[in-house]
Amino acid sequence: MNKTYVEMKNICKTFGVIRANRNVNFSVYEGEIHGLLGENGAGKSTLVNMLSGIYTPDSGSIFIHGEQVNIHSPKHAIELGIGMIHQHFKLIDVLTAAENVLLGHSQSVFISNKSRIKSIQNVMEKYGMEIDLNKRIMDMSVSEKQTVEILKVLYRGSKILILDEPTAVLTPQEIDKLFTVLKNLAETGCAIIIITHKLNEIMSVTDRVTVLRQGETVSTLETRKTNIRELTELMVGKPVNLSIERIHSRKGDLLLSVKGLTALGEHNVPVLDNVTFDLYEGEILGVAGVAGSGQKELCEAIAGLYPVEKGDIYFKGENIVGFSPREIIKRGVSMSFIPEDRLGMGLVPSMNMIDNMLLKDYVNQPGITVNRKPAKEKAERVSKRLEIQAPSIYTAIRKLSGGNIQKVLLGREIDANPHLLITAYPVRGLDIGASYNIYDLLKEQKQKGVGILYIGEDLDVLIELCDRIMVLCDGKVTGITGSESITKEGLGLMMAGETLSSIKKGDVVCKS
Amino acid sequence: MQIIKREGTSTKQIIMIRLIAIIAAIIVSGIFIVFLGYNPVKVYVNMISGALGSKIRFRATLLEMVPLVITSLGILVAFKMKFWNIGGEGQILMGAFGATYIALFVDWIPKPLVIPVMFIVGFLAGGIWGIIPAFFKANFGANETIMTLMLNYIATQWITYLQYGPWRDPDLKGFAKIANFPDHALLPKVFGIHIGLIISLVLVIIISWFLRRTKRGFEISVVGESVSTARYAGMDISRIIITTMLLSGGLCGITGVIQAAGVNKTLTMNVSSGYGFTAVITTYLSGLRAQRVLIVSFLFAILLQGGSYIQSALQIPQAAADVLQGMILFCALGSEFFVNYKVRFRKNSISSEVK
Ligand SMILES: Nc1ncnc2c1ncn2[C@@H]1O[C@H](COP(=O)(O)OP(=O)(O)OP(=O)(O)O)[C@@H](O)[C@H]1O
Ligand SMILES: [Mg+2]
Repeated sequence: MNKTYVEMKNICKTFGVIRANRNVNFSVYEGEIHGLLGENGAGKSTLVNMLSGIYTPDSGSIFIHGEQVNIHSPKHAIELGIGMIHQHFKLIDVLTAAENVLLGHSQSVFISNKSRIKSIQNVMEKYGMEIDLNKRIMDMSVSEKQTVEILKVLYRGSKILILDEPTAVLTPQEIDKLFTVLKNLAETGCAIIIITHKLNEIMSVTDRVTVLRQGETVSTLETRKTNIRELTELMVGKPVNLSIERIHSRKGDLLLSVKGLTALGEHNVPVLDNVTFDLYEGEILGVAGVAGSGQKELCEAIAGLYPVEKGDIYFKGENIVGFSPREIIKRGVSMSFIPEDRLGMGLVPSMNMIDNMLLKDYVNQPGITVNRKPAKEKAERVSKRLEIQAPSIYTAIRKLSGGNIQKVLLGREIDANPHLLITAYPVRGLDIGASYNIYDLLKEQKQKGVGILYIGEDLDVLIELCDRIMVLCDGKVTGITGSESITKEGLGLMMAGETLSSIKKGDVVCKS
Repeated sequence: MQIIKREGTSTKQIIMIRLIAIIAAIIVSGIFIVFLGYNPVKVYVNMISGALGSKIRFRATLLEMVPLVITSLGILVAFKMKFWNIGGEGQILMGAFGATYIALFVDWIPKPLVIPVMFIVGFLAGGIWGIIPAFFKANFGANETIMTLMLNYIATQWITYLQYGPWRDPDLKGFAKIANFPDHALLPKVFGIHIGLIISLVLVIIISWFLRRTKRGFEISVVGESVSTARYAGMDISRIIITTMLLSGGLCGITGVIQAAGVNKTLTMNVSSGYGFTAVITTYLSGLRAQRVLIVSFLFAILLQGGSYIQSALQIPQAAADVLQGMILFCALGSEFFVNYKVRFRKNSISSEVK
């Protein structure tokens, strides 16, 4: 039997009236990767935040390496050998990877110390991590930053690692790499806690999994003795249908026509390069691509939030380039981009759901005053439709769990009955029940004749949900294809820069 | 020892912290008073009675409250937008300047209309002083804190220049002063207090309504929270910043009009006498709520009025009275810190060997 590294007994934590954790029992062994699973708002983040010293439990006890402790601050947690990788990285942009790792650890001002660098490299080698230690954080991708975070935690000697939704913003390749590292870590005796909503990840990487439901532990299972179906049922409390059936609706009129769209980023490097595509009413056009291939700029350019350098965007035949965001909203274009931090754009964190519902609608109300009554009804409607879990519609949305915040945004956008719905990463961080709920909503919109531009990450979902898929690589379109005639591998190649015609020649990755 | 951000401080806790702060202020100041050789109880009783003890004193306290309330409201609308307007002083002076121009140098306005016109011009003059930094912030991202602060100095110099130069009253030989306002340009009185008091109460209601119920009020909160979200929602950020600062500066300008036409009866540097800065504190203590501005300003006025009363009544030197006010203020602001953060003392620090 392995040693127990972490043991949490009868943990309770309430926020006002919300009981985020109720008598949770949870333990992690040496050398184990332990998954935490649960619907949005089930209390997963709350639980691990009590290990990392961000919250303190109301009652219950925590044992680390068999000793009872009172973790009162993040610093204390680090001293206890608990390292948490947050979703929002806490790195210093202008410093290099090595400097960030050493920061706060070494007393010396001269941190370009060779022996220290050497010891970081040793850590990296040991666990199979790859990173350029001299690269500055600001030049790094999300996944590289995450690697630095992990490195930082390891370098400080943490034996217990907590990762809260580490894969939500990574590409499939990056996820594979991360998992290799985690497995190596577990082999050398670390205990790892990982939170994720993707069940296939739970199946492939964890040894045991604990399911939380509404703040309570449902059960802890050995991963190899369970399956996705069982886990889902435990999580939701009832059987769930896990297939997206593509509905075929009649293709409508041309809705959006983007022609030769070019936009520049920093240092005048094109972030969108001659992008051309059409989108019809009643169609879902998927957009695939490695993170940062121009998806954000594309969404923002159509919504009038990003300057267009060259090219045209025709919406119902009218060129909307140069229109103000409000004029574009008025024409029935709705954009919801779920950023990596989820709160970045589209919501006001400190306001409640009602005021967030008002955000775009208030202008259309008569007079100079705002009327919160329709917004209240809308909040109630959206809450019900998307099963948003919140103390009440009067709670500041900052206090909702990650997934529920997102539902507020998406619910509002769909409720506005748009003609064109642009939605980027709508299921990022949503539990499966909620994800399928979103897919259903999108399909429902499609049937109503709404044109949908769906920017997604999960290739399986893109293929199942969308009618056509456009692949972006470095701001260029590498191909637009019917989703029934392409495979995941084919999309992967296109995401890496191969064009559709060149992979068609190879013929291996296309279905006939 | 560590400082930790509190999550969800309950109302009960907040009230407790405030109470403790008040008691601490009384005790600490009491010790200070003892050191000065006075009886603290006597000093406190005198402070209270000096501010509230008679009709005349109470009136004086209310008069002290009026400029604080109106200026705080002006600062509040800017702060709500996270526009750090610390240029209240300058905006007050410019408002008073506008009103003075109408009162002394424009004679074609029918007499009953003079005061309303003074208010309008004062509002606009203060507003323009608010718009200048807003314009630079909206278009060039200039730092509003520095800009508003600098504009204070420009306003001060401008008034001084007028006083010693073109607007100097020639009838007063050897004494640089701007002429007193004619009677029709002085604020009328109700129950012995100029109408500024009524105006300030009405403004509290209006601003409270404005921020909570109007579209522009809503926009201000959104811009204050997140500029990118405001842009996403189609709001015209520059316009919002500029019009809000017109209102912010304008309200401060109204303070200037009231102080010039109600208290000083002319334009002098005393018109502002620090209200622009004091209001930053009262606004902060009010937690950016318009109704609370009224309460905080009243308490503040007691402090100011009582402080000046004990100087004459007990011959306490002004510096000592100021220190006393400062200590009370320190405790009040300090309590704000404890409402948001808690300090934890660690007993058994776990050694880092656990690694
Ligand atoms: N600081 C807080 N104040 C008030 N309520 C909170 C706070 N943090 C969390 N909650 C509430 O506690 C519950 C559990 O939240 P938690 O963030 O732990 O969920 P989660 O399982 O991590 O969900 P998700 O998968 O959506 O991230 C939610 O209902 C949330 O609204
Ligand atoms: Mg969470």
